[in-house]
Amino acid sequence: MEYVVIAYLFLSILLYVVLGGADFGAGIIELFTSEKNKNRTRDTLYRAIGPIWEANHMWLIITIVILFVAYPLIYAELSVYLHIPLIIMLLGIIARGTAFVFRNYDAIKDDMQHVYNRIYFASSFITPLFLGIVAGSVISGHIDHAASGFVDVYIFSWLNWFSVGVGFFVVALCGFLASVYLIGETDNSDDRKRFINKARHMNIAAVASGAYVFVTAWIDGIPLANWIFGTTVGLIAVIAAGISLVILWVLIYSGNAIIIRLLAGFQVTMIMLALGYAHFPDFIVIKNGTNLTLMDHRATMQTINALGWALLIGTVFIIPALFYLYYKFKHKEYPHD
Amino acid sequence: MDDFIAARSQMALSLGFHIIYACIGMVMPFFMAVAHYKWLKTNNIVYRNITKAWSKGVAIFFATGAVSGTVLSFELGLLWPGFMKHAGPIFGMPFSLEGTAFFIEAIALGFFLYGWDKLNKWFHWFTGIVVGVSGLASGILVVSANAWMNSPAGFDFIQGEYVNIDPIKAMFNEAWFSQALHMTLAAFAATGFAVAGVHALMILREENVVFHQKAFRIAIAFGAVAALLQPISGDISAKDVTKRQPAKLAAMEALFKTEKSAPLIIGGIPDEKTQTVKYKIELPGMLSFLAHGDFTHEVTGLDQIPKENHPPVMITHFAFQIMVGIGSFLVVAALLYVISLKKKSWYNQSWFLKLFVAAIPLGFIAVEAGWVVTEVGRQPWIIYNVMRTADAVTPMPGIAYSFYMFTVVYVSLTTAVIFLLRRQIQMVPVLYDKQDSPQPGH
Ligand code: HDD
Ligand code: HEM
Ligand code: HEM
Repeated sequence: MEYVVIAYLFLSILLYVVLGGADFGAGIIELFTSEKNKNRTRDTLYRAIGPIWEANHMWLIITIVILFVAYPLIYAELSVYLHIPLIIMLLGIIARGTAFVFRNYDAIKDDMQHVYNRIYFASSFITPLFLGIVAGSVISGHIDHAASGFVDVYIFSWLNWFSVGVGFFVVALCGFLASVYLIGETDNSDDRKRFINKARHMNIAAVASGAYVFVTAWIDGIPLANWIFGTTVGLIAVIAAGISLVILWVLIYSGNAIIIRLLAGFQVTMIMLALGYAHFPDFIVIKNGTNLTLMDHRATMQTINALGWALLIGTVFIIPALFYLYYKFKHKEYPHD
Repeated sequence: MDDFIAARSQMALSLGFHIIYACIGMVMPFFMAVAHYKWLKTNNIVYRNITKAWSKGVAIFFATGAVSGTVLSFELGLLWPGFMKHAGPIFGMPFSLEGTAFFIEAIALGFFLYGWDKLNKWFHWFTGIVVGVSGLASGILVVSANAWMNSPAGFDFIQGEYVNIDPIKAMFNEAWFSQALHMTLAAFAATGFAVAGVHALMILREENVVFHQKAFRIAIAFGAVAALLQPISGDISAKDVTKRQPAKLAAMEALFKTEKSAPLIIGGIPDEKTQTVKYKIELPGMLSFLAHGDFTHEVTGLDQIPKENHPPVMITHFAFQIMVGIGSFLVVAALLYVISLKKKSWYNQSWFLKLFVAAIPLGFIAVEAGWVVTEVGRQPWIIYNVMRTADAVTPMPGIAYSFYMFTVVYVSLTTAVIFLLRRQIQMVPVLYDKQDSPQPGH
């Protein structure tokens, strides 16, 4: 059961990054869309993510629940040392969710739309940025139990070049996922071209910020390269990601929308796999090396068993319903033009 | 502001905010299901319009409820890491099941809101029911987690260690049933009266009277039944509290001295220094009866409880008075509604409608007051008789600023939601007055 719970933990994180990430990315793309196309983009976007965004965000809740039920010490550690970025991320989540719904359900469409849009763009950007910063801080070993003073304990635990780099990388990744996703949602070739263009820009941004992350890791003495290229699994994952990226760019103009989406999801999965594998079973890396691991810091087996069963039984209900939802609303109803 | 007070205030603010959206999220799907059913059965376009109008409101509430709930699941750790470190594995069971319930709810909501004309009409109707049932299930589960804080179970606390953990036993602790029942009824009563009141107001203004009358009837039927059952369930809760948490009961009733034939007091200002209650009305023996079912039974007062374990008496007492006062008012309103089923002429009389307009906020005020009784009455414990709230709070300084920030955010959100709802209601004549009715579904 222990491994069932761990598998669900990683799965929920991954799905949140891929599905939730694509939702955030949609806002980021809209932010970088020229005024004249904004309305069109918005329509596509609303059609595409309206019915599913709430379900996509459930993965975050699942992650959190698994953490506090099964790994309470890890959850408490995150809550204390990364309090500030988590709060900012939460404010982003509040702002984004409400602005998205408000702008669509405001019965009168007037100047308020600008206000909602502003909030929606800004929060679509800030939330993944801070999600990335949290992730970067968890793996980079900046959390320091020996530190004292507010700034050292609660600020420098997350404010460093590496974590911020990871933040921007996540933003670019979200944008990329969203553009690839939206390519399959448009009904005309003009829009399709626009989204492909966006995907290209976001891909470049992801590569650039990825390179930046490597540089800062090197400066900071974080063995990132070692994690990714140092293990066979990591190496294979990275190569697979690279190959699938090439295939994606070959297929993007003509290929099946579902396949290119899967390819983009696959790349993210591979990156997470490489990192996760190198780290396992450590979850939070602490400065002096007393890392919090998933093995030593779990709750008692009674709790793990109960949680494992709850997750398995939940899956039986959720998966068919979820697939039907995606099928029903993502199913492309318009013929190719 | 002291960080500890700030953390408590922030928790109270977030929960007090969330509960309103949660109540609406649990209950409105049932109102919609009734209207939707009537539309499918009678083909009367008004019912379709009601369903659609409500579902737009619900979408707004849902998003707000979902994001504020997400915030809460982080806040448990952000504010109370000392609590979650130990409590997470014990009382986490309902939360893990709740995950499933939320998921199903979110999926079903996607189908319901976006499924008009896309799904089989009865399947579409059914997705609305699923939203309601899973919403109720999640409400009950989370209340059972809270009940565990009031009546801890499913573990042994030996020399500061939590051992022999049994999450299932923790979930079915002694308080879960009475609290879940009372909360569920409260959600129906509060939402029912609030929605009915808004429609009563529109009838008074003579706008779209047919639409609003039909909507009013659906909402008030639910609200009235719940309001009539509420005192019965409240009595079960009170007896339960007497058994489990005598300090809370004593604070609710401002009972400073242990007494046989204890009186029930109405109103009054408790003074913790002099241990007296000023300006009260006493009903002799009633408290003994309510707490123990016997007019002469002894009721434990605060004098039997060590001073450092006293909850704040004033707040708990006032909150309890407010809840019970409103509960009694809603019972009267519910009875008048029942009579009006015979006396149809009342429906158009303005005193009758005004009564319900007055009740718009009352149910929700009672909900908030009831939670204050439960939560403040538990102090100074976060896990009753096991862990003190002060030992659970985050070590991070500066929580006051986070509290101010969340206050600003929640105040703005509340303003925005009210603004949006007003606009929805304003647009009812424009959107739903056209009588060009298509056939239901496809
Ligand atoms: C519409 C809302 C509403 C109304 C009219 C009432 N209540 Fe209530 N009450 C609640 C809404 C509520 C609540 C907000 O839902 C609480 C908080 C925790 C809970 O389980 O329910 C609650 C808690 C609560 C508790 C504390 C339970 C505990 O700590 O475990 C007691 C003793 C009562 N109620 C008793 C009553 C009585 C005797 C009422 C008589 C009319 C009454 N309530 C009306
Ligand atoms: C939605 C309805 C609820 C409301 C309005 C509410 C209200 C409050 C209030 C007023 C406090 C502050 C008490 C004080 O410090 O004097 C508080 C504290 C707290 N509540 Fe609740 N509560 C609700 C439900 C819950 C639930 C369902 C849980 C958990 C499962 C919960 C967990 C807590 C925790 C952990 C604290 C902080 C510790 C403490 O003060 O005891 N609450 N809540
Ligand atoms: C008595 C108190 C509570 C009740 C009755 C309640 C009930 C509900 C209900 C019915 C919903 C779904 C409806 C909606 O989204 O509007 C909801 C949403 C949510 N609640 Fe609460 N809740 C309570 C307290 C809490 C607490 C203490 C937490 C966190 C630990 C929490 C976490 C959540 C989350 C994460 C969601 C979002 C789920 C989604 O995205 O649909 N709730 N709550």
